[in-house]
Amino acid sequence: MELTGAEIIIHTLRDLGVHTVFGYPGGAVLYIYDALFKEPAIKHILTRHEQGALHAADGYARVTGNVGVAIVTSGPGATNAVTGLATAYMDSIPLVCISGQVPSPLIGNDAFQEADTVGITRSCTKHNFLVKEVDQLSRIIREAFHIASTGRPGPVLIDIPKDVTAALAHYESHKGQKVEMRSYRPTVHGHAGQIKRAVKLIRDAVRPLIYTGGGVILSNAAQELQTFTKAIKAPITQTLMGLGGYPSSDHQFIGMLGMHGTYEANMAVHRCDLLLAIGARFDDRVTGKISQFAPHATIIHIDVDPTSISKNVQVDVPIVGDVKDVLTRMMDAIDKSDFKEKQTNLSPWWQEIEVWRQTKCLRFKQSDTLIEAQYVIQKLHEITKGEAILATDVGQHQMWAAQFYGLEKPRRWLTSGGLGTMGYGLPAAIGAQIAKPLDLVVLITGEGSIQMNIQELGTILQYQLPIKIAIINNANLGMVRQWQEFFYEKRYSQSDMSVQPDFIQLAQAYGATGLKAERPSEVEPVIRQALATKGAVIMDFRVNKETNVYPMVPAGKAIHEMILPDGAAINEMNLL
Amino acid sequence: MKHVISVLVENESGVLSRVAGLFSARGFNIESLTVAPVGKGDVSHITLVTMGDNNIIEQILKQLNKLIPVIQVANLTEGAHVARELMMVKVDAQREVRAEVLRIADIFRSRVVDATPTSFIVEVTGSSEKLNACLALLMPLGVTDVVRTGQVAMARGAGQNHQFFKTP
Repeated sequence: MELTGAEIIIHTLRDLGVHTVFGYPGGAVLYIYDALFKEPAIKHILTRHEQGALHAADGYARVTGNVGVAIVTSGPGATNAVTGLATAYMDSIPLVCISGQVPSPLIGNDAFQEADTVGITRSCTKHNFLVKEVDQLSRIIREAFHIASTGRPGPVLIDIPKDVTAALAHYESHKGQKVEMRSYRPTVHGHAGQIKRAVKLIRDAVRPLIYTGGGVILSNAAQELQTFTKAIKAPITQTLMGLGGYPSSDHQFIGMLGMHGTYEANMAVHRCDLLLAIGARFDDRVTGKISQFAPHATIIHIDVDPTSISKNVQVDVPIVGDVKDVLTRMMDAIDKSDFKEKQTNLSPWWQEIEVWRQTKCLRFKQSDTLIEAQYVIQKLHEITKGEAILATDVGQHQMWAAQFYGLEKPRRWLTSGGLGTMGYGLPAAIGAQIAKPLDLVVLITGEGSIQMNIQELGTILQYQLPIKIAIINNANLGMVRQWQEFFYEKRYSQSDMSVQPDFIQLAQAYGATGLKAERPSEVEPVIRQALATKGAVIMDFRVNKETNVYPMVPAGKAIHEMILPDGAAINEMNLL
Repeated sequence: MKHVISVLVENESGVLSRVAGLFSARGFNIESLTVAPVGKGDVSHITLVTMGDNNIIEQILKQLNKLIPVIQVANLTEGAHVARELMMVKVDAQREVRAEVLRIADIFRSRVVDATPTSFIVEVTGSSEKLNACLALLMPLGVTDVVRTGQVAMARGAGQNHQFFKTP
């Protein structure tokens, strides 16, 4: 069958099972959009900015586990996509971005809307391609999906010159065929000997701790993690990216760790004699001062990406493999060994943890006059029964959402963990709502973050998405303000956001409902009204401007050196 | 410590900038890098010389392996290997030193590949140390230009560096 390059793109996408793409048309992708116009099986979501298209595809991917797809034009279309690619790259989210390029003969001539897209995106994609011949097109797209979705997932960009999309080539469907690449074969099966060693170390540990990250979510291993955690009875802490990988209501869960982690989680890291890292990468926001991280622990590290192992922290037992595969086989090893009879009694360790828990490190006081952000999120959690798909932006509200919106299930938490991209939340929520039209999608954002991609309210209007948006409005770039208060002698340089649009009117202008809460007593009614309202709602919560996120590990400090609520106690419970 | 790393890659456009970009993005050092197509021409062989402690070298090897077009990576410094480099030195040699240049060239088993009434180009092959020694002796005689290829290297003994290598 002879098809144009553009038709080959669409046919290949369809054969790969893609039925939703996000994007924005332009000169270099006109043939692709023309082919898309004729293809009823693929739904295109028109965002209002290419960054929004990438974040929406990212949100779609996080919620479904499938590869998110975005189409952008050449030049500014591609450069606008860069932040979205970098966000997905840092969080290992499978995306394929198709970018138009100027016609092949013009490449390198500084043509209109030309950018060296492959050069620009090389360092923020897992891999990228420039398609030079139309007959490579189908193979490259299939390889791109294979690379994006296997091993440690990540974004892949395919740059396609306009003439390639117009040229004709023979096409046959490769539906269901496996992609083989001699230079790319990720290791997914963990080493049996290492797994055995790990199980023995866990059996004999006096103070074991499980520390999990986004890898558990990406590998769809939440069920395996739960079975495993129950079997070994150890406490479990999670990174920001790992939230939802284990039910937060379970007693063994001791909260998030790291810079804004719980007291009990960070103390447990400091005290544990065995740290079992699963699909996590020892990010600096987790480890604090690296030389004092888990100083007493033997470290086991399960990760599909060998470069993550012993990159920041030296690991004693590395296990390269897919988390789901390794956990399943660890459970086998546990069941088939003397683990259950011989495991060390962990009750002294749990007693130690219970003492730390008594610190109630997430405590806050809700007055009668000023709304506290934590209260809003607590109420949101209560009223939505913790069942919403939650998107966040970046800053204080993100940390409070992580601390106070306890998640029970994976793939219901969308946050830019690695890159920390303000403006991520709104388009990510759009991607999630497109993927799950019947689920409740809530965005927790700040008045700063939401203005970074506020144009996507237009997308919400066009597709009538019933997203509930909670703006934690403290009229400040809160996290910047917090650091300025702590470390820059309260010189609040450029962190004031009190000049802002009227979000109620803005909601109305975009066909949504706007609600405002200025007093604590209004919080619950506003949330209930928002949930009862059809369509999109913006809730503007005017919160205490001076509240800080606690606990906090100051940059450069070890993670047990926390500032607790009220700013009072630094490391108030002495260690040995 | 210096490490000689041998990398087999798909011979496709952009692969060299991926390798070079990796070193600059992660702050690794490259002392030298040579690249040329081998086999049927669908693969290229890169020899690179780098420095760092064991952790850094381990990261370099892993990061190279992680690049999609990289087929295989080997740290030749871990075993016995042969490393060679080629250098050309241009000496502006006037009458009184011409014989001396030729004597030095002879000592290092090098060849004169260009001669004019006032200059020679001397071609030397060998270990980097040998090249350095040769250059040190030629330097006072009026060296005006030097080019070096950087090292290429191969593991000693039977067998292949790279399982994917195919003879043409």
